[in-house]
Order: sequence, then C-alpha cells, then structure tokens
Amino acid sequence: MSTVNEVAIFAKGLTRKFGDVTAVNDLDLMVEKQTIYGFLGPNGSGKTTAIRLFTGLLKPTSGSINVLGLTLPNQANKLRMQIGYMTQKFSLYDDLTVKENLQFIGKIYGLSAKEQKSRIEELLSIYQLNSLSTQLSGSMSGGQKQRLALAAAVIHKPKLLFLDEPTSSVDPENRREFWEQLFDLCDQGTTILVSTHYMDEAERCHRLAILENGIKRADGSPQELMNKMSSHVVEIASNNLRQLKKQLISLPEVTSVAQLGAHLRVLVDKNIADPVQFLSQLKLIPKNDQITIVRPSLEDVFVTCTGNNLLNGGG
Amino acid sequence: MKSLQRVQAIILKELLQLKRDKMTFGMVIMIPFIQLLLFAYAINTNIRDIPVGLVDHSQSALSRILKQTVVATGIVKFTHQYSSVKAAQAAIDKAEVRAVLIIPRDVSQRLVRHPTVGFGLPPSSDQENSRPVAQWLVDGSDTVIAASIKSLRNMPLVELLDKPANRNTPTFEVTLLYNPEQRSVVNIVPGLVGVILTMTMIMFTSAAIVREQERGNMEMLITTPLAPIELMIGKIIPYIFIGALQVIIILGIGHLLFNVPINGGLTQLTLATFLFICASLVLGLVISTIAKNQLQSMQMTIFILLPSILLSGFMFPYEGMPIEAQYISEVLPATHFIRLIRGVVLRDVAVVEMTFDMVWLITFTLIGLIVAAMRFKKTLD
Ligand SMILES: Nc1ncnc2c1ncn2[C@@H]1O[C@H](COP(=O)(O)OP(=O)(O)OP(=O)(O)O)[C@@H](O)[C@H]1O
Ligand SMILES: [Mg+2]
Repeated sequence: MSTVNEVAIFAKGLTRKFGDVTAVNDLDLMVEKQTIYGFLGPNGSGKTTAIRLFTGLLKPTSGSINVLGLTLPNQANKLRMQIGYMTQKFSLYDDLTVKENLQFIGKIYGLSAKEQKSRIEELLSIYQLNSLSTQLSGSMSGGQKQRLALAAAVIHKPKLLFLDEPTSSVDPENRREFWEQLFDLCDQGTTILVSTHYMDEAERCHRLAILENGIKRADGSPQELMNKMSSHVVEIASNNLRQLKKQLISLPEVTSVAQLGAHLRVLVDKNIADPVQFLSQLKLIPKNDQITIVRPSLEDVFVTCTGNNLLNGGG
Repeated sequence: MKSLQRVQAIILKELLQLKRDKMTFGMVIMIPFIQLLLFAYAINTNIRDIPVGLVDHSQSALSRILKQTVVATGIVKFTHQYSSVKAAQAAIDKAEVRAVLIIPRDVSQRLVRHPTVGFGLPPSSDQENSRPVAQWLVDGSDTVIAASIKSLRNMPLVELLDKPANRNTPTFEVTLLYNPEQRSVVNIVPGLVGVILTMTMIMFTSAAIVREQERGNMEMLITTPLAPIELMIGKIIPYIFIGALQVIIILGIGHLLFNVPINGGLTQLTLATFLFICASLVLGLVISTIAKNQLQSMQMTIFILLPSILLSGFMFPYEGMPIEAQYISEVLPATHFIRLIRGVVLRDVAVVEMTFDMVWLITFTLIGLIVAAMRFKKTLD
C-alpha cells in the first residue's frame, strides 16, 4: 500500500437521510493521500451522496467528516481551492465552447491570464481536446465531454479529486487511456476518489469500498477483498447448463450461479471444506463433466457481499 | 482582485450565452418594439370614430345638419341607418354598433326652443324648454365609450343655425401644461418604459439562477471559490446594458413615431433608468433564489408584473386608487420609476429633486441584493 502515511479523507459514522431514505448509512471511511480510492456500488447505493458530503455540497444528518485536515461542513469554504469535482452529469456550459469553458473555470479559480493560457494549452493536449477547442460543449460526444470535464476539474491542480462515474459513457479503449491519466495525476501527488459500477475499473484502484443501500459492505485493496471472500469459486463445464443452474441455485450452500459462455460460475459457501466433492456427490452433474476451483474475481466479491451475502470482517 | 476577476468571468459567460441564445436576444429587441406599438395604438383614452347607428324619424334638412355636426366632433361615425328604435336596439344587442342616435319627428321645434340656441321665442313652458333635441341609445358596458358619447351631451348647437355664439364666461380657466393637446401617448410612452423593463428585466434574471440549477451547472459552481454575491453581481451587470438598450428603443420610437417630447437631460434619464433597472434585476434575483424551476420563476414574474401595470400609475392615476392599493403601489419599483421618468421626460425635473423615489429605488436594490445573496446557499440542501 501507499508509503505516504497521511489521510486525505476521514469519515466516521457518516449518515445522510432524505426523508425516509437513508442514502448513506453509518459510513466509516479512510482514504490515504496519493492513492486512488474506488466506490463500487449499484444504482442508488449512495455513491453520489457520499461524494457530495465530502465536497461540502450536502450537510450530513449525523457523523463527522474531515477532508484534508478541515472539518466539514463548517470549513467547506477553505476546501474549495484544494479540491476538484467532476460531477456525474455534465455540469459545464453546453452553450460555451471547450476553450471558453476552460477559460471560465480558470478565471473562477483565480489563475492569472498567463497561467491560464499555458495551463489551458497543456490541458487541451493532455486530454486530446486540441481539435475540439472551438466546438460547443453541448455538441460533443459523451466521451469527449468527460475528457473536458476532467480537464476542468484539474485546472487548478487540486490536491484531492472527486470523480463521479467519470467513464460512464467512454468506450473500453478510451477508458484505458482515461485511467492512464488518472495514474499520472496520482503520481504527481493527487488523491483521487472515483465512483464506478465497472468491475475492471474498480480493480485498478489502490483500495475500494463496496457500497449497497448506503451501507459499506466491504473495503480493502482488490487483492485483499478477493482473498477474504466468504465463498469458493467453482467452474463447471457441462451440457445442460440452464437446467443445472436452476437446480444449483436452490441449494442453501450455493450463494450464486452465473452462466459464462459454456461454463457455470458457482459460488459455494466457505463452510464447505471441499466444494468439488460437495458438488459431485449431488449426482446432478454427469460424471465426466469438469468441476474446477478457480481464482475469484472482483465480480465474485461484489456478488458475494451484496444482496444478502455479507462479507464478514472488512478493512 | 480575485473577486473582481470572478465577477468578470461570470459577466463574460453570460454575454457569450446571450449571444448564442437567439430567442432571448430577439426578445430583448422585439418586446419593447411590439409592446410599444400595441400600447400606443390600442390604449387610446381619446376615443375616435366609434361606430354608431342612426334612426331619423324627422328626415328633414335640420336632422341632416344635426348628424353632420355630430360627425364633425370626430367622436363617432355613422355606419348604419335603422328604420325603427326597435331595429336599432337589436343592432346594439348584436354589437353591430355601440350606440344609436334617435332624431325625433319634431326635432325642429325642440331645437328652436332649446335654451342654448337662445331665441327665447316662441314662449314655452319650462317643461318644453328642457326637452333635449335628440336621444342617444348607448351600449354602456364599456365605460370609456359610454363616457365619450356622454361628452356629446352638451355639444354646442349654435353652428347648426348659423348664429353667433352667446358664450358664457367659464367658471374656471384651465391651462394644460406639458401635454396641451391631451394626447395619451405622451403619458403612456414614458410609463411604458417602466412596464417593459419590469417585464423583461425580472423575467431574464429570475430565470438566470434557476436555469443553472436545472441544467446542473450549479453543482459545479458551488464547489468552486465563487462567492454568492459575486455570482449575483456578475449575473445582473450584463442586463443593465440590455435594459439601457430597451429604453433607447422605446423612447426613440416614441419620439420618432409618436412625437413624444423628451424634455429632460440625458444624464437625468440615464440616472433614473439605471436605478430602476438595478432594482428590477435584483427583484428577479430574489425570485430566482425562491423558485424551484423556470416555470415557477415565470409565474412569480407575472405576479409582480400585473400590479406593476395596474397599480403603478401607468394606467390609472395613483391619486384615484383606494388607500390599500396605494400602499401596494408604493412598494413596487415601477411606481417610483414611472414618477421619475415622467418627471424627467415630460417636465424636465432633476432626479435628485424627487428624493423620495430615488432613495427608495436605491434602498430596494441594496436590500434585495443582500437578501438574494443570503438566500443563495452554497449547498444543495
Ligand atoms: N436530493 C435527494 N432527495 C431525495 N432523495 C435523494 C436525493 N439524492 C439522492 N437521493 C436518494 O438517495 C439514494 C442514493 O442516491 P445516490 O445518487 O447517492 O446513488 P448513486 O450510488 O450515486 O447512484 P447512481 O449509480 O445511479 O448514480 C437513492 O435512493 C436516491 O433516491
Ligand atoms: Mg450517482
């Protein structure tokens, strides 16, 4: 893990309610400086709300937040120059061009005319927006908009960057590119908190938290999470997969069954010592079909600890 | 210094957006233009050429002369002839004509005995003396039209008989200052500046902040170092120029097309307009911090606009309103501005001489700005 032993975000017992809905529920969180921290969770799991709490946009119902040594929400104003926030929905001006948007944000952050000019040049080339600089932002593609939004969020070189589903409309190729840029920023000393519902993205984070219904189900590095998993992962190659899936899912020891091409991926409770033997003695699977234990993926972790299958312990 | 830079950034952004928003930009120009033409031509309190009918029972030379004398006043024009009073009444019911002149068979006798004609002969009883010459049957539902025809009641008849007038000395002599020919446009055009500015200025700014909220820009703006008061000031400055442009259009057309005199100095005019534009813009900002969406902001704008048209002294004189209405009227910026601009444009009064109205507009602006900045919270709650 990170060698820098400082904390960028610290939250304890953080809760935010909207009427009857508890969007963030008793969240404890610690994000170390100069790391990329991921929020992985389905729709409505409270990712955006948590980020809004950390940026001072919302006040918590209860619990304490400390960001970069400042107590929120009281010291939110002092935080403004040090954080960058890329919202889930494009929040720059559709009726301004790429360059005009960047100039506007640059001025708002108090860059001098000279700083602004060189910084915008730099950003346009890093985020490949040079050829688009005079295009109206509203007419750009989803991926181009997200590159512009990232450029705008880092224009003042913030210490802490919040990215709310930054790659939701970016193709896989450009997503790799986007993450290269995030690692560059991280190397330059930026702490990044990023929310996502893509497994491959979550796997790139130094650490991540899995959220569901506002509750943190698990956290740790992707490797830790996979090691600590409360299920075995077993792959079965067979003929009658649809039928077999139905039969397996009804067993209490089986937490999940998913079809992946010609295989079934089955999660079996860790209380079963030998899952291969357990499955073969059921007499559901033909003798010469293959049953193998495989290495868990982050998706397996996600499936195991959401729904009703809680991961015991956690970071 | 940084603060100034941020205000400047907002102003520049607003101008760029305005430049690309063809619809809004068109409205800036077209609203004053169209409204001015509509108001100036339609709201005309000196009514002319009301269509009326005629029932002539007398069919004499005298009745024809009487008709011509009535036409000569310019107030009515005869569009229909009816054979009976009954037919005439039916025509009024159908709104074919607004009124009917009924000339009785004995019109010549009535005329001769009429006191204004002044023959005094042949002798007659008081009863006969006081008989009017002819009768008007009027659709009284529109009070303005009814009043115009009523004004014909004492129409002098002497020209009718080609006899020198025996004028009485009037009780009062009335000298009409500033608008001697009594043209209503002279009073309406300066007042219209107030009404149109109320409409456009409040409408543009009241949508300004709500729009950023609806489009999601606000979530980004709040996390920046931009202060609420900087946002407010940056939002209103571009519209001050737009307001000035509209004033130029209204007074310019008023002057060229309707011959409205502009007596006051340009400095006074600018000062009065500037104060009012600021007050209206700030009112719009306050609305935009209360409204949840653009529809609500529009509804609130209309809520302010109606009393500004009806109670500001634009349509009805302030002095004639009931006391409760006068209180509401005093609160509205439009009332104070309409007093100021009529003072400046028609009577060449200096704004500082109308201290109360001036101070009131300044106070309104400052308080409004503070309220708007305080109501605008830097959170999404
Ligand atoms: N302003 C609000 N008023 C009422 N309820 C809200 C508000 N904001 C969020 N919620 C509720 O809080 C819950 C969490 O929402 P949130 O937007 O944080 O989820 P999310 O993880 O960001 O979801 P997504 O992946 O769809 O963006 C949802 O049930 C949502 O309905
Ligand atoms: Mg979200």
